[in-house]
Amino acid sequence: MFQVRIHGRGGQGVVTAAEMLSIAAFLEERYAQAFPSFGSERTGAPVVAFCRIDDKEIRLREPIMKPDALIIQDPTLLHQVDVFAGLEADGFILINTNRSFAELGLGDFARGFRAERLRTVAATELALKHVGRPLPNAALLGGFAAVSGLISLAAVAAAIKDKFSGKVADGNIAAATEAYEAAHA
Amino acid sequence: MLKQIEGSQAVAEAVVLCRPEVICAYPISPQTHIVEGLGKMVKSGELRRCEFINVESEFSAMSVSIGASAAGARSYTATASQGLLFMAEAVYNASGLGLPIVMTVANRAIGAPINIWNDHSDSLSMRDSGWIQLFAETNQEALDLHILAFRLAEELSLPAMVCMDGFILTHAYERVDMPTQAQVDAYLPPYEPRQVLDPGQPLSIGAMVGPEAFMEVRYLAHAKQMQALELIPILAKEFKTVFGRDSGGLVHPYRAEDAETIVVAMGSVLGTIKDVIDEMRDGGVKIGVLGICSFRPSPLAAIREVLQNAKRVVVLEKSLAVGLGGILSTDVRMALSGLQLQGYTVIAGLGGRSILKSSLHELFRKAGADALQPVSFLDLNWDIVNRVLERERHSRRSGPIAENILRDIGIVGASIA
Repeated sequence: MFQVRIHGRGGQGVVTAAEMLSIAAFLEERYAQAFPSFGSERTGAPVVAFCRIDDKEIRLREPIMKPDALIIQDPTLLHQVDVFAGLEADGFILINTNRSFAELGLGDFARGFRAERLRTVAATELALKHVGRPLPNAALLGGFAAVSGLISLAAVAAAIKDKFSGKVADGNIAAATEAYEAAHA
Repeated sequence: MLKQIEGSQAVAEAVVLCRPEVICAYPISPQTHIVEGLGKMVKSGELRRCEFINVESEFSAMSVSIGASAAGARSYTATASQGLLFMAEAVYNASGLGLPIVMTVANRAIGAPINIWNDHSDSLSMRDSGWIQLFAETNQEALDLHILAFRLAEELSLPAMVCMDGFILTHAYERVDMPTQAQVDAYLPPYEPRQVLDPGQPLSIGAMVGPEAFMEVRYLAHAKQMQALELIPILAKEFKTVFGRDSGGLVHPYRAEDAETIVVAMGSVLGTIKDVIDEMRDGGVKIGVLGICSFRPSPLAAIREVLQNAKRVVVLEKSLAVGLGGILSTDVRMALSGLQLQGYTVIAGLGGRSILKSSLHELFRKAGADALQPVSFLDLNWDIVNRVLERERHSRRSGPIAENILRDIGIVGASIA
């Protein structure tokens, strides 16, 4: 089982990101379970959502305490929430920022992890460019597909189309594609 | 057709397949997505020949459902928590009048203090209302139980609640197999009411009954639930023939045959419990679980049959009979009357407290060593409790408990688990 925890703020599409990730995994014929942390829904408040992916039915309903991967949609949370709780040294970390881990003050921390599994993607900028709104969730899923190899970009694009339509879907797919390419490089 | 969708959406689509003619509901978390989904499908014409009636309260929602059902319409509503309490008087009337309304309860705690998260206090508070109560373990079972509930309710002319864990199921995306309209039509015939308000053949429904016959009316309500005990397994078997999977039924035993310790629980926590049981079985521990699908009627004989050869029974329930202990436990004890085995009640997951695998491992290990108290509270934070007790000892005017605790521990919903 592969477990992903997504941290962000209310209004950034954190829950939608987990749902789209589960759809992408489903489309690749795996079992997936996505659920929010059910906090009070307020714009800007810290929000957590979870996604489990497995090759068999997922029965477990506890929150993800030991994630295999973290997607951090808002780097300001690093100072507010213990986002790295439970992450092992072989875990994946994807942060939405135009800075590096070192520039975020995480240089020493990052040395405890496998460098190829850590990535930053300027997802908000990509979303502004392609969608016109600062919603980094879809772009981050593109970046996650690249860094984790867990799901394909095609499945991410199909999941985006499942949730959105028309221009919004196209823009988010473009943002996810550019993030995928950036994270692959 | 396999789909990856939210539990609420899965239930809304299943309800549409059941061709309800009147839907009347008032929104409340965590039920809202279900009725929003249904509202959209009525508006878009996906659900034809159905009226979605907006009302100002849950009391009206149930009252309208009663009127619609009495007029011969297949009627559906959904609620949770305070909404269910607000409609309580009408809930009893629906069953007293023998009207086969189906209602989803997206199980949620009851205040005060206000809490929107999951436990089973709401529907269990209506345990004696005369409604059937079926509990879903997964979103697949939640959607299946709605199809089954309409069939069961209409065959008996009794209302039925389908209970699904709020947020944990209603807001979870997972894989479901959505039946076809043809399958549902084959399983669920058009509603043929036992009684109908028809201007062409005027009659009244809801007469006053005095002491000379009230007992008999109540007995007949009980007898109907006993009929449901017979019918539920038959309908589950038929369900499997039409839809090709196990859903519904009275109880779901898992690895219980040779188990020395058997856990009893309802709803989505059964999945987590099964994972723990598999791990403990790998370590050689003889443990199993009994899932209760039909809370009302209470399948006493089926429960006894599964539990009677165990050494101990641990009832893990998301409800609390304040001043007594467990609600489900009380039923289970009744099923076991006369048998000599250790019985433990564990109150868990109240108000959305996460039920963790690690906590269950520790709990079941203690149970196996018979080191549990008769009634215990899983992962209770004694620091919080003791601070309040100390404050109350210290000062007569100690103030409101909830607000004092929040001052002690910080903001609502701040931690991951």
